[in-house]
Amino acid sequence: MSEDKDLNKFENPYYAKREVTGPDGEVFIVDPIKDYFSDERPRVYEPNSIPVIENFLNWARSESLWVLGFGTGCGSIEIPPLITPRFDAFRFGVQMRPTPRQSNVFIISGYLAIKTLKRVIRSYEQMQNPKYVLALGSCTVNGGMYFDSYNTINRLDHYIPVDAYVAGCMPRPEALLAGFNKLKELIREGKAENANEYARNFDWYKANQKKIIKDWNMPDYNW
Amino acid sequence: MDFDLHRLGFTLLGLLIVLNWGLLMSATMRKIGARVARRYGIPWHQPWIDLVKNYAIRSQITHGVMFYLGPVFRLSGGIGIFLFMPMIAGSTLWLNYSFNGDLVVIMYFQFFGMLGMALGSGEGGHPYSAIGISRGLSQFTTIEVPLTLAILSLAIQYHTLSLVDIVNAQQGGFQHWSMWTNPFATIAGMLAALGSMGHSPFNLVKAPNEIPIGPPTEYHATFLGVLQTNAAILHVVEAALFMNLFFGGATNWFEFILKTFLIYFWSVFVGMVFPRFRIEQSVAWFLKIPLVFGIIAVILFM
Repeated sequence: MSEDKDLNKFENPYYAKREVTGPDGEVFIVDPIKDYFSDERPRVYEPNSIPVIENFLNWARSESLWVLGFGTGCGSIEIPPLITPRFDAFRFGVQMRPTPRQSNVFIISGYLAIKTLKRVIRSYEQMQNPKYVLALGSCTVNGGMYFDSYNTINRLDHYIPVDAYVAGCMPRPEALLAGFNKLKELIREGKAENANEYARNFDWYKANQKKIIKDWNMPDYNW
Repeated sequence: MDFDLHRLGFTLLGLLIVLNWGLLMSATMRKIGARVARRYGIPWHQPWIDLVKNYAIRSQITHGVMFYLGPVFRLSGGIGIFLFMPMIAGSTLWLNYSFNGDLVVIMYFQFFGMLGMALGSGEGGHPYSAIGISRGLSQFTTIEVPLTLAILSLAIQYHTLSLVDIVNAQQGGFQHWSMWTNPFATIAGMLAALGSMGHSPFNLVKAPNEIPIGPPTEYHATFLGVLQTNAAILHVVEAALFMNLFFGGATNWFEFILKTFLIYFWSVFVGMVFPRFRIEQSVAWFLKIPLVFGIIAVILFM
């Protein structure tokens, strides 16, 4: 147990607290964990209390799905056909965004190595509140063909909340479009509130994440 | 200048029209781009939905005061150009707040938004923002040089810095447009327009697939909504500026919409045909071809 605690410390020298001399000789203290990141806990943002407005906003959210361009596994090979002429997901309001700040949808495309999980968590936490996760492929359900691998996770929803699964190995782009349609239904019904679920069950998710990521050299929450 | 409620009302109505026309125009252009790539493309109302969604995002984070003010400065740059731009020069209702030196103020506001964005995204702290904004400023500085020369040439030609006077001097048939009376300034101005519209050959700064995505990397939710609002307004008023300078202005809203569409389409058309320049290539290009046309235009009317 004590060994675990040591591993959870921020070991990276880049994140260590240090004194820096400025160009004009002024000495100041830099604490990267405090200065560069926020370790504040996530908050629950209640939906708008007026149903008409919330329904309208949910409709807008469902018709404007901005996907984070982050391919985590082999399933990401299905994304290029999805947005190019053959399947053209732009028709359904699905667009790719290059930065987590501007995206709402995170497609976990296939198996997730532990090293990638760390990056996935950081990217997920940088996304803003109504955010949705689409899990692609059977690897995210139960590990798929990597079920006994030493290096991949088996169940994605132990680490981040998942809105919709698209099963298969590999699911074709049509299946992914069906997944987007399912996600749109959930958003319109107001059932896609997993960002708030993540905030409510934050300790449980964090414990699960720390159980599997041994070199946890980042703040607990880094939006 | 005394307070005139009538004029304020028409200016606000014009802003609403310009905003919606800008959103519709960007949707149309994205659809044209999709058809060129043999896709069906986005629905025509997608920009409005994106705008509502961005304003409706529940959580936002900030990196400081300048991070807030960046999009505000950018929006005031766009609205500032709008306020001093005569929309329909033939009518007294749609002149906004144009006055005898409005061209100088418009030139200033063009750079104002960029500088605000530089301060804001600099405080965002993301290294990509800093690289993006340094690229953007260096490119925009070189865009301004031929544009300023073209405007100087027109100012010498018409002996005025007022857009309304420039438009009025071009009335009486299309052969009176600056396009025919001052072709070198028109070439310099329209080549600079390619840069200021920010389409393909010169969109390294904000292209999503270059160091993602340049200055607005950290901007999200309402901040991004403000930036999108500004982009819609800015596209129309930039096109309106070139319309007033070179293509005889507009006498009614139909003419305005047709001309701004065609001017904007010019930059989209070039963007569809030509691939993206690297930043040193685009800087060198602006300082070679458009600059030479601009200098010729000034020398001819000296």
